[in-house]
Amino acid sequence: MSAHETTLPADGLIAVVKRDCPTCTLTAPVLAELAARERLTVFTQDDPTFPESVPARVDDTALDVSHHLKIEIVPTLIRRVSGRETGRTYGWDRAEWERVSGVAGLGADLPAMRPGCGALNAEPGRLEDLLIRFGQTGLSARRVTFGEDEDEIEAMFERGWSDGLPVVPPTEKRVLRMLAGTTRDPKEVVGLCPPNLAELTVEKVAINAVMAGCKPEYLPVVLAAVEAALDPAFSLHGVLATTMFVGPVVIVNGPVRRQISMNARGNALGQGNRANATIGRALQLIVRNVGGGRPQEVDRATLGNPGKYTYCFAEDEEGSSWEPLSTDFGVARGVSAVTVFAGFGLQGVVDQKSRDPESLSRSMAESLKAIHNVKLAPACDALLVVCPEHERTFRQAGWSKARLLEELYRLCEIPGEQLVRGARGIEEGYPPSVAGTTRNKFRPGGLLIVRAGGSAGMFSGIIGGWSGGGFAGSLPVTREVKS
Amino acid sequence: MKVVLDPTAERSPSSRERLARPEQLAGLTVGLLDISKPRGDVFLDRLESLLSQRGVSVKRYMKPTVAKPAPLPLRQQIVGEVDLVVEGLAD
Repeated sequence: MSAHETTLPADGLIAVVKRDCPTCTLTAPVLAELAARERLTVFTQDDPTFPESVPARVDDTALDVSHHLKIEIVPTLIRRVSGRETGRTYGWDRAEWERVSGVAGLGADLPAMRPGCGALNAEPGRLEDLLIRFGQTGLSARRVTFGEDEDEIEAMFERGWSDGLPVVPPTEKRVLRMLAGTTRDPKEVVGLCPPNLAELTVEKVAINAVMAGCKPEYLPVVLAAVEAALDPAFSLHGVLATTMFVGPVVIVNGPVRRQISMNARGNALGQGNRANATIGRALQLIVRNVGGGRPQEVDRATLGNPGKYTYCFAEDEEGSSWEPLSTDFGVARGVSAVTVFAGFGLQGVVDQKSRDPESLSRSMAESLKAIHNVKLAPACDALLVVCPEHERTFRQAGWSKARLLEELYRLCEIPGEQLVRGARGIEEGYPPSVAGTTRNKFRPGGLLIVRAGGSAGMFSGIIGGWSGGGFAGSLPVTREVKS
Repeated sequence: MKVVLDPTAERSPSSRERLARPEQLAGLTVGLLDISKPRGDVFLDRLESLLSQRGVSVKRYMKPTVAKPAPLPLRQQIVGEVDLVVEGLAD
């Protein structure tokens, strides 16, 4: 029996009310009638003087009893017998009140039924406070206490929890709210996070999502991105540890993009959209904090790239005539999904003159062949981000995404003579035996196309990949977003 | 009391860890910071002579007043010039 159980009368009626609720004020005369007949204790959530007509009022403005009784609607009427609850009703429903109270003819002047109001203890914010106060959060992460005079933001920098920008303090309340964004158990292990192969729980994902600035509704997308990145095919350890530039690039498809107001259009790869910015950042913070992957430690990047703060955007499916990226990985159109790609930076494909698909695809192919080094083929996987005005040229000519890919692969076949060491005056390249052969810039399946960007500007982009592209390194991985 | 949840894998203590102490002083430069407390110089003079005898290079600094934290330019100067610092905290 809990402390609150002992404060409740073992036998009799209990009502929980608040003055702010019109149905509660409507039922005040009924409560007075019941109080005159038998033992009735009224717990008041907002105004301890309400209802004046009932003598046995208990101040429950702290909401402890309401929380213990799991009140969701006021008024709630409860019958207890020998310390056990035997009946309950909420709102005003004469027949129900008569059943619970055992008194006939209650509130003859009142309408037969009136819905109640939301209980204060169940309000967002208050509920979290009560769960924390009674130790019912179910959160198992270690609690870290800061000094009274310590600035939380500075304290988190000091502990090495930040990517270099301020992070949001992951208080119990914020983490509880974040976890409301998923139906998954906070204790569920999502996987082992490189480089330290530390157990990564849904709770730890939520904590880092809070720090990144995510809203709770972003959490399923963060979880999907984490699961994709932890797939061994993605090779997250290698992506982190490499001296090359890459980090996880997160591309979001499906209805969730609009549900959480992601940006797929103007400046899609830039700053300014909370979901784009914080989902990518959450993934990086998880690798840093849970996995222990930090620059100049296991992260051996020579230069890195600015996308290692965050690199996440949505595909503009509505504005595109092509199938979404996620469908290339077997996810049906209309299903929310996240694809992670080990990529870096952005190389522009500027072509403002081409008006036919042949010319434009040649422009794109020449730019693609420059990734890493013009002398390297295959070099790496790549993500070609096609802007709306460029896609229009293909669409008007009836080119599907598959057709464009086919053309780009054909154009990216490079004669070995151009690739051997010393050719074009560049030492980088392959042994002389490559002469006489043909090499493609990309492995089969290593060139991806996604459609994003603002309506004006003939500026597509190439996100280069890791030199260990493909099975030898990192494969793009797609995961459905689940609630 | 400000309480947050630990975002890490919890494999290290929750309190902030001190920087690791150098295993030896050879080749390092030691800063001696006088915080302007009486007789701090006596302590630091002695340290300087002991360190110098061992071939450790020493640089001396002084806070303008004991009552306030060291000014930022002084802290930045120390960070830029030495590998570790010894300061006398009380008289």
